[in-house]
Amino acid sequence: MTHAGTHTPARDTGKAGIRTVAPAPGRADPPPAPRRARTWRLLTPWLFLLAPLTLLITFTYAPIANMVAYSFTDWDGVSPELHYTGAENYAEIFTREDLFQVFWVSGYYLAASVIQIVAALYFATILSFSIRFRNFFKGVLFFPSLVNGVAIGFVFLYFFQDGGTLDTVLGLFGHHSDRAWLGTPASANVSLAGVSIWRYLGMNFVLFLGAIQSVPGELYEAAELDGAGRWHQFRYVILPGIKPVLTLTVILSVSGSLSAFEIPYIMTGGATGTETFVIQTVKLAFQFNKTGLASAAAVVLLLIILLVTWVQRRLVPDDRVDLV
Amino acid sequence: MTRRAVARTLVYLSLIGATLVVLLPLGVVVLTSLKTENETASGSGALTLPDDPLNFDNYVTAFRDGGMLTAFGNTAFILLVSVGGTVLIGSMTAYAIDRFTFRLRKLVIALFLVAALVPGVTTQVATFQIVHSLGMFDTRWAPIALYMGTDIVSIYIFLQFVRSIPISLDEAARLDGANAFTIYRKIIFPLLKPAIATVVIVKGIAVYNDFYIPFLYMPSQDLGVISTSLFRFKGPYAAHWETISAGAVLVILPTLIVFLALQKYIYNGFMRGATR
Repeated sequence: MTHAGTHTPARDTGKAGIRTVAPAPGRADPPPAPRRARTWRLLTPWLFLLAPLTLLITFTYAPIANMVAYSFTDWDGVSPELHYTGAENYAEIFTREDLFQVFWVSGYYLAASVIQIVAALYFATILSFSIRFRNFFKGVLFFPSLVNGVAIGFVFLYFFQDGGTLDTVLGLFGHHSDRAWLGTPASANVSLAGVSIWRYLGMNFVLFLGAIQSVPGELYEAAELDGAGRWHQFRYVILPGIKPVLTLTVILSVSGSLSAFEIPYIMTGGATGTETFVIQTVKLAFQFNKTGLASAAAVVLLLIILLVTWVQRRLVPDDRVDLV
Repeated sequence: MTRRAVARTLVYLSLIGATLVVLLPLGVVVLTSLKTENETASGSGALTLPDDPLNFDNYVTAFRDGGMLTAFGNTAFILLVSVGGTVLIGSMTAYAIDRFTFRLRKLVIALFLVAALVPGVTTQVATFQIVHSLGMFDTRWAPIALYMGTDIVSIYIFLQFVRSIPISLDEAARLDGANAFTIYRKIIFPLLKPAIATVVIVKGIAVYNDFYIPFLYMPSQDLGVISTSLFRFKGPYAAHWETISAGAVLVILPTLIVFLALQKYIYNGFMRGATR
């Protein structure tokens, strides 16, 4: 976002002398041209868009349309036969307790994202002021977000293992725990949500850091002259300055919490009450061949995410979200 | 101590704490990867040092028996084709949308915008049927098509940069007789270098680390990418933490090297990529 702002003006400050030669093609009335040339001109943009639009429609819009259609059937994904069952699948999702349970699991990830955002904000703020070994700390905090999810899953399987890293470290402090960290639903979900904080904190941190650095430096100087301490600088200069990125992060966190998949799937496979929405959908569709029911579940997830996005856009209108 | 000094100490303590939290799990895995089977089985504790710090046997086992060579080969192929394709497709889309006015232009823009709101994980059940019917299931073309077809972020990044290229350059070329394709190839594309670097980094890391798509679309043993091949360690090596650890380190190491070499660009890339 911040970069978008700095690039846009370049268009007007380009080679001003040549710029006046003629208006852009197609932007103003083109001079009358022979018919063939005109067809060609009409066709040109579509030639550029042919591949992207084909891919977009094949792999985004066609699936959405199909998915909505499947969600009203009992299709198993393989047989040529499928029956229209009305809203039965949707009713099942909201009434069968074992299917609905996955929503409660999202709660753990949602709580984790709150901690994650607050911590990322804290580290971004202190590391935007001058601090020794700044680049080292920046690198350390950011690196986990680049690491392969499967590798992270294994690293933390070992971490939470009986007699693994965590138990050993706790042992150093004289606390000999004898619990299986991934053994009960509550502690397993807390552990998994903790891994998700470890993994994604760096991403939020870097976004915040970039946003803070784009706040004009004079604002800090002015604030300092007014006798504002660090807290006041944070409250009245930094926080308003990074509001767009902050709201974006909140919405990404909500949809991320709902669609958590990799870490729980790799670490527990959804056992001991750690099944998330996406794990459940994947299992329904590809293990139990309940394509119809899985589609309905996916439609519900999609609608929730779109709803959250819409609410967020209404609450915080972001004037910079325009492709045009 | 003054209040300021206390605050400063607390700040450093929190940073050191965070560093430990990040590095400890990774460090222990490196330690474990250097231990022998007996050492891990004897339960001497996760933090003890390996008897022989230069014991690379587990790496040999993981690399050879885990099929890591095939995995790196498959990953490299998918990475090159899909990142190259994303760069071409993204820049062409951005050029067409920014430099031409045509009927349905608004609709095309809206199609790309709305698609950005749809998370890929939600539509896979139906996408799977389409990939299957196109005969791409269990081939390397399935992930390639999916990575190229749904990357709205890179289109957005390219769009920002195309806008910043003065239209007068197009005009001058046009007066010299260049057509739209020549302008794209000779003027726009070379000037997009910073955007290309950003897209290559963000997309490259995403493809290298992706698990979901290869897991669903390439179940064959010999079609493993690094994520899925590493995931398969879970069965045969279930209790062999030293082998699993070596596999994990093998997968993480290239990321670490690339990160240390390109730090600055990677930060910038992710800031641009994620905030759009």
